[in-house]
Amino acid sequence: MIRATGLTKDFGSRRAIENLTFEAKQGEVVGFLGPNGAGKTTTMRILTGYMPPTYGTAQVAGFDVISESLEVRRRVGYLPETVPLYPEMTVYEYLKFMADLRHLPNGDDMVDAALDLVQMEKRADGYISNLSKGMRQRVGLAQALLHRPEVLILDEPTIGLDPAQVVEFRNTVRDVGKERTVLLSTHILSEAQQLCDRVLIINKGCIVAEDTPENLQSRLVGAEQVVLRVKGEADDLLPIIAKIDGVQNAKLQPNGTLEFQFAPGADIRPAVARATIKAGYDLLEFHPVGLSLEEIFLQLTQDNARKER
Amino acid sequence: MRNIWTIARREYRHYFTSPIAYIAALLTLLTVGIYFVVIIYYMTNQSYYSNTAPGINIVIGPLATVFMFAAPALTMRLLADEQRMGTLELLLTMPIKDGELVVGKWLGAFLFMLTIIVITLVYPIVLNKLTNPGIDQGVMVSGYIAIILLTAVFLAIGTAMSSFFNNQFAAFFATLAVLIVFWWLIRLPTYIVQNDSLNNILNYLDLNGRFNSMLAGTMSLSDIIYPISLTALGLFLSAAAVEIRRWR
Repeated sequence: MIRATGLTKDFGSRRAIENLTFEAKQGEVVGFLGPNGAGKTTTMRILTGYMPPTYGTAQVAGFDVISESLEVRRRVGYLPETVPLYPEMTVYEYLKFMADLRHLPNGDDMVDAALDLVQMEKRADGYISNLSKGMRQRVGLAQALLHRPEVLILDEPTIGLDPAQVVEFRNTVRDVGKERTVLLSTHILSEAQQLCDRVLIINKGCIVAEDTPENLQSRLVGAEQVVLRVKGEADDLLPIIAKIDGVQNAKLQPNGTLEFQFAPGADIRPAVARATIKAGYDLLEFHPVGLSLEEIFLQLTQDNARKER
Repeated sequence: MRNIWTIARREYRHYFTSPIAYIAALLTLLTVGIYFVVIIYYMTNQSYYSNTAPGINIVIGPLATVFMFAAPALTMRLLADEQRMGTLELLLTMPIKDGELVVGKWLGAFLFMLTIIVITLVYPIVLNKLTNPGIDQGVMVSGYIAIILLTAVFLAIGTAMSSFFNNQFAAFFATLAVLIVFWWLIRLPTYIVQNDSLNNILNYLDLNGRFNSMLAGTMSLSDIIYPISLTALGLFLSAAAVEIRRWR
């Protein structure tokens, strides 16, 4: 469990985060979304006991991050953005070193289990300096999971991984997140949608939105958006679709696709599909589109700026 | 204590994969070896020395001088390198105290230097065979205690400087500068200033003077307490610097 109340951190005269208040429960995967420099890493560093906040308090696994920092650190698994590894050590030596620092009673077994979890058991005796970026990331995750922590904090964990590795990584995090509290930062919305039960959007050190990924999208867009692609030119199809009841903002895109919106609840997609076929077009693609993080982000920050005015 | 030992063990092993450590060890053993051979050769060929046997100081004297350069080279990366590689963030989020981290790092370097010192024990053994009736065992023990204490001080100052600076070279030169002050410069004012109380303080702080008296076989309690205090101070400052990093 993570509970942050009024977290503020100043670096000299620069305020990195301001009055952050949020909670993450056991068995919940919470995503921390925001652009670079929004304050994600600073918040995570405070929660892992790396640095204290200037103001505010935070409890992790029931312990205060300042006065009971060692207790917090015992219960947290942390994977920083730059995976912290010793290249001159083998994977096994590195994890054993971490197990010794954590005083794990059956260190060898736990190292084996962590290696198994990240599918690195075959590379246990290989030197870290010889590993690929993806494998290093997995070793970093094994380090964070080694002591079976109550709380797992991952800072941009999928950066630099290839698509297959990203899928594996997400599966591992999803499994872990069933029983433990996971807080992960990312700037990829699809990642947050697939992995997180709840998302916190942070901008310039402040939380600007907090909800499930689905709610956040529908709340912000106010209408559902659909993309339609047909074989050949769709110029003549545009007026046909635009005439259907409920269709809003039908537009032809430069890439030849047709985009339109409809009010949530009034699903007019069957009518659109029928009209397209009836007009003699071959339907190639027909799918809803979500807002990108950039769009959500712009919308939220514009809303905030308007409120401030 | 367990954490200190875990960190020290990793650090000690790391030296055996580090080119700087091998260069430092080679430089030390080569210098001491050449010095030893030249002195022995010179003394056996000069009639002036026909009644004088060389003492342990021909081994430990040059060892101290070389250590003044080897210690900063070994300690410059201790914390600065952890910062550069991002592993300091990992260590500072482990359930270990800042003091344990610093002492563990220092202990790893100290054990490596101790290994070099143990290798040099071959010289007193050879010297004992060459001289009649052999070397003074008491002076040898006192001389080796002196070099061990001096190593502890040098490395503690190096550890502190490594925690003050993010840049390894800045840490190296800052360590060297502090060592030069404590080893050579601190007694210089006593030649000019006619103030007994100031001179007493400076003589007390002069590492070289204490080292030489121990090398001559005279050892007082303060000769042991002073370097231990200086080591403790260096490690305390280092732990404080790590703690300050968190709050910055």
